[in-house]
Amino acid sequence: MATNRHKELGLTDEQVLEMYKTMLLARKLDERMWLLNRAGKIPFVISCQGQEAAQVGAAFALDRSEDYVAPYYRDMGVVLAFGMTPKELMLSAFAKAEDPNSGGRQMPSHFGQKKNRILTGSSPVTTQVPHAVGVALAAKMEKKQFVSFVTLGEGSSNQGDFHEGLNFAGVHKLPVITMVENNKYAISVPSEKQLGNEKVSDRALGYGMPGYTVDGNDPLEVYKTVKEARERALNGEGGTLIEAVSYRLTAHSSDDDDRAYRNREEVEEAKKLDSIYTFASYLKELNILTDEIEVEMTNDINNIVNEATDYAENAAYAEPEDALKYVYEE
Amino acid sequence: MAIMSYIQAVTAALREEMERDEKVFVLGEDVGRKGGVFKATEGLYDQFGEYRVLDTPLAESAIAGVGIGAAMYGMRPVAEMQFADFIMPAVNQIISEAARIRYRSNNDWNCPIVIRAPYGGGVHGALYHSQSVEAIFANQPGLKIVMPSTPYDVKGLLKAAIRDNDPVLFFEHKRAYRLLKGEVPEEDYVLPIGKADVKREGSDVTVITYGLCVHFALQAAEKLAEEGIDAHILDLRTVYPLDKESIIEAAKKTGKVLLVTEDNKEGSIIGEVAAIIAENCLFDLDAPVKRLAGPDVPAMPYAPTMEKFFMMNPDKIEKAIRDLAEF
Repeated sequence: MATNRHKELGLTDEQVLEMYKTMLLARKLDERMWLLNRAGKIPFVISCQGQEAAQVGAAFALDRSEDYVAPYYRDMGVVLAFGMTPKELMLSAFAKAEDPNSGGRQMPSHFGQKKNRILTGSSPVTTQVPHAVGVALAAKMEKKQFVSFVTLGEGSSNQGDFHEGLNFAGVHKLPVITMVENNKYAISVPSEKQLGNEKVSDRALGYGMPGYTVDGNDPLEVYKTVKEARERALNGEGGTLIEAVSYRLTAHSSDDDDRAYRNREEVEEAKKLDSIYTFASYLKELNILTDEIEVEMTNDINNIVNEATDYAENAAYAEPEDALKYVYEE
Repeated sequence: MAIMSYIQAVTAALREEMERDEKVFVLGEDVGRKGGVFKATEGLYDQFGEYRVLDTPLAESAIAGVGIGAAMYGMRPVAEMQFADFIMPAVNQIISEAARIRYRSNNDWNCPIVIRAPYGGGVHGALYHSQSVEAIFANQPGLKIVMPSTPYDVKGLLKAAIRDNDPVLFFEHKRAYRLLKGEVPEEDYVLPIGKADVKREGSDVTVITYGLCVHFALQAAEKLAEEGIDAHILDLRTVYPLDKESIIEAAKKTGKVLLVTEDNKEGSIIGEVAAIIAENCLFDLDAPVKRLAGPDVPAMPYAPTMEKFFMMNPDKIEKAIRDLAEF
């Protein structure tokens, strides 16, 4: 029997079930997108698989009606938790006109949705870090009680914008939480060839903020760390750098073949720690995720994914001339 | 109406906009306590405080990127690059981010940031304190690039840039800062971004230029008027996107066109102006379109001999106008 770890974090059974459901929904949407890609129906997928626990654990620790997020391209778990719907994600995968992220202009997973305070993102990595710092600067200037939350991969933590952004936040003690999702690979290059130090979180010292490395497969540990970071931020104590370590279970993208650079045994080993299973086990051992609830949840998610897929597949593309719109204010 | 220098007009526009809208704030290196290395933000720190006149770490990508984030939130940042030459680390933020935010989000987000930077030579600034950088950004739809030539235009255009809901690069000629003085109304006014302005009516040769070169062209024109050569001078004011209508009209007016920039010749703004004229004015032209520009060397050298050789001046423009008039 597992020990109940979520109660002391202030999380109810319903909330942890909701966390798990969001993780599972992200996984199932992602898996469907791979099928659609391999069936030739969508041109591209880039996955969240293996990182759902970190994403959802973090998002649940934020105020999802006030805080701003600057997600990177793997953060399906974050944007789902922040209110983007499965249908909207599928519209993006199919590049349809109704896609709220970009109206079919950007590749999938280039998230953005103003009504849910999800900043629009691009493909050049780490540019979102200074943006999140800018939002946090606005919060401080306007004396508003919210934080900004920004994510990136461990490879991206080598970019100048990481250093410039976090240092800026450190100087002004800005309410920004930076979470590096260390999935061990930047496309093919393993983290030991990306990082001069052992832990990304060690870099926090240089920015005058606390740094934590946490198990990214454990949504509760991530939740706790982000929750505390948020409290510090709102108390005027500034930012926090969090490194959530997990594993990228898929190839980098649908255009990558990871067999060229990592062996199957390593991937199989990582799957044993997959949060979708380990968190389910935890919930089952506490009799929170009962067989009945699990069946219901699985059916529900299957229906959601099916409906989202059907809707998006049948939705209209933008008109060709729509490519001319919105260069400037109209 | 007050007589102001070019840089005083910058400060006046900033102050008035900051008084008008508390979302407007300035950020950059040395802009706060020091009031900027050129004194463009002098007095603003005392008036508006530390956070609205924010001294940033020495990191240009963060100056642009933090500004962009604040702009997406709804603030009105005016970021200063200390010299246009130092904008290079921020190019990714400006081109990949600011320029594309509205477009890539299908009009969901926008980015009302102004990035000011002093450009241009003739101040013993050598390679890295003299450059014209506008051409780097002038094929990036989503950006607007404003380069004013008079104190009056500075105030009206900077206020317009701050109120614009899209990103604007505002390049100020650093030699113009104290060289150029002119009448500037004390009241609030804005000038339209994207509109060129006729600075001198004439009938013999059309000169199309921008920035400090407008001043040089006007000096040349006054001298040539004594010889009976009447130059028509169009100030582009916004170099991206270009005011095609005004360019075509000005070219047709005299049929002889001289294009002037302080930038290197190849790939400069005036090449695009020449293309617009070539596409639209073939049968109105009485001479080949001429370009007068800096040489195609990387940047302006330090030694006075070589700097003078590179730099635009009234004499070079005068000669080029005369050659065209006699064509």
